[in-house]
Amino acid sequence: MTKDLSPKDKTLGEALRSQGISRRSFLKFCAATASMMALPPAMIPTIAHALEKAKRPSVIWLSFQECTGCTESLTRAHAATVESLIFDSISLDYHHTLQAASGHAAEAAREAAMQEHKGKYLLVVDGSIPLGNPGYSTIAGISNVDMLIDTAKHAAAIISVGSCAAFGGIPNAKPNPTGAVAVSDIIKDKKIINVPGCPPIPVVITGVLTHFLTFGTIPELDHLGRPKVFYGQSIHDRCYRRPFYDKGLFAETFDDEGARLGWCLFKLGCKGPSTYNACATTKWNGGVSFPIEAGHPCIGCSEPNFWDGGGFYKALSMPTENISKTAVYTAAGAVAGAAAVGIMNRYTRGKADDTHEKATIDDLEK
Amino acid sequence: MTESVKSPFNIQIGDELTWNVQPILHEIRHALRTLLETGNGSIIDLRSIPLAPGEEDTILDALGCGEVHAKLNALGPSEIYETRFSGVWMVTHYNAENDVISRFIEITRFPNILESQREDMTTSLDALEALLDTTPGSDKTETHAETNT
Ligand code: SF4
Repeated sequence: MTKDLSPKDKTLGEALRSQGISRRSFLKFCAATASMMALPPAMIPTIAHALEKAKRPSVIWLSFQECTGCTESLTRAHAATVESLIFDSISLDYHHTLQAASGHAAEAAREAAMQEHKGKYLLVVDGSIPLGNPGYSTIAGISNVDMLIDTAKHAAAIISVGSCAAFGGIPNAKPNPTGAVAVSDIIKDKKIINVPGCPPIPVVITGVLTHFLTFGTIPELDHLGRPKVFYGQSIHDRCYRRPFYDKGLFAETFDDEGARLGWCLFKLGCKGPSTYNACATTKWNGGVSFPIEAGHPCIGCSEPNFWDGGGFYKALSMPTENISKTAVYTAAGAVAGAAAVGIMNRYTRGKADDTHEKATIDDLEK
Repeated sequence: MTESVKSPFNIQIGDELTWNVQPILHEIRHALRTLLETGNGSIIDLRSIPLAPGEEDTILDALGCGEVHAKLNALGPSEIYETRFSGVWMVTHYNAENDVISRFIEITRFPNILESQREDMTTSLDALEALLDTTPGSDKTETHAETNT
């Protein structure tokens, strides 16, 4: 991720042309970008026009209490050409995992980028921030909270990548020994785009960056600060196993006939009905599959407090009514039914939070 | 790449899970009628549809292969072919590692990506002129051509 030596005021179109990339290649790139951003294909000419004129934004990426899975997700993104074009089209001025400089030299780069692009740079954060004792996580002797406040001050927008930055994530799970909190718990005066997931889908990360690059604005967000274009529908609403749910056909164990026949994983703890993400359509590993397609229930990793949800394999969200009766209702009105079950799940999970149920080895082996 | 890759995870039975195939084929039918009646094309992004394992293959099989087949080499390969239904095209873009990065069904007379682009033609004209300027006797050729027109 070395800095491009070309003049910073080059537009993306100019930068691509100077690399000998044809207009046709550029249009192909725009088609893939539209698909990646879940925009209708009719938007391809608009994207082409906007990207042609887009300037490379400066990006400062701060990593706090995290496992580097989010950076791994992004840098291992399958669509190497498109992703690298997006990545090349930003000026990644600070990312302590990817940059060569370390210690005070790295901090000097961050401060220089903040000065040079005051009010214009994008701040990307992965990882939660420990408030219990600032010494739990520091970078070049600066506590995470101080670095966040300092860097956020003049950012054009903040993107919280991963469930840790967005909602506190695993560090925030009970008993939360470091007092971990989300970016939005500290920064109150800036628009924050939450891109949760453990990790988030790579194209969702680049999709948000591209949206900013393309339109110069932040995408429309839901009540949890997530871009609606990716998090607007539940996994359950777009799950290909949904007709089995509607018919009341469920796998009861991982090796029963229902599991073999690909029936719904709801009773095995699937959190699809209460989880909002793009896995069911965008999928993972280059669109090959996603957990439910591989036979594993959704664990709801892009929702707040997913780790404290009472066990991945517990159907904690089981409706209290007879499931086949519920299924009849949902078959009559699939979307409305899904929403109702979704609300019910949230409510039940809220109760699980209150009672502080922990996932045990038994849960994992169930 | 013309061979569609069958998912190794296709554990489904029969046609029970292929409920997305019929609606998409109907959508294509409507789009084709619109193209004929108004001249307006449509594009369906297959990545925006929640397809069950095997459904994409079923759609590709149903549409089949027609008379035109083109390959691009633009930031990785792309494959464009007209299905056995005239006016219905399958456009698949791959990255440099041959992973599918987007797949569209285009209902159009001719997919836009195949057309020569103005910017590329301008660059080509410059390149061609540069080539002729450096070719001995190019002035003569041009004069001769101009005399004949
Ligand atoms: S409960 Fe899970 S497996 Fe079943 S339809 Fe919903 S998302 Fe799919």
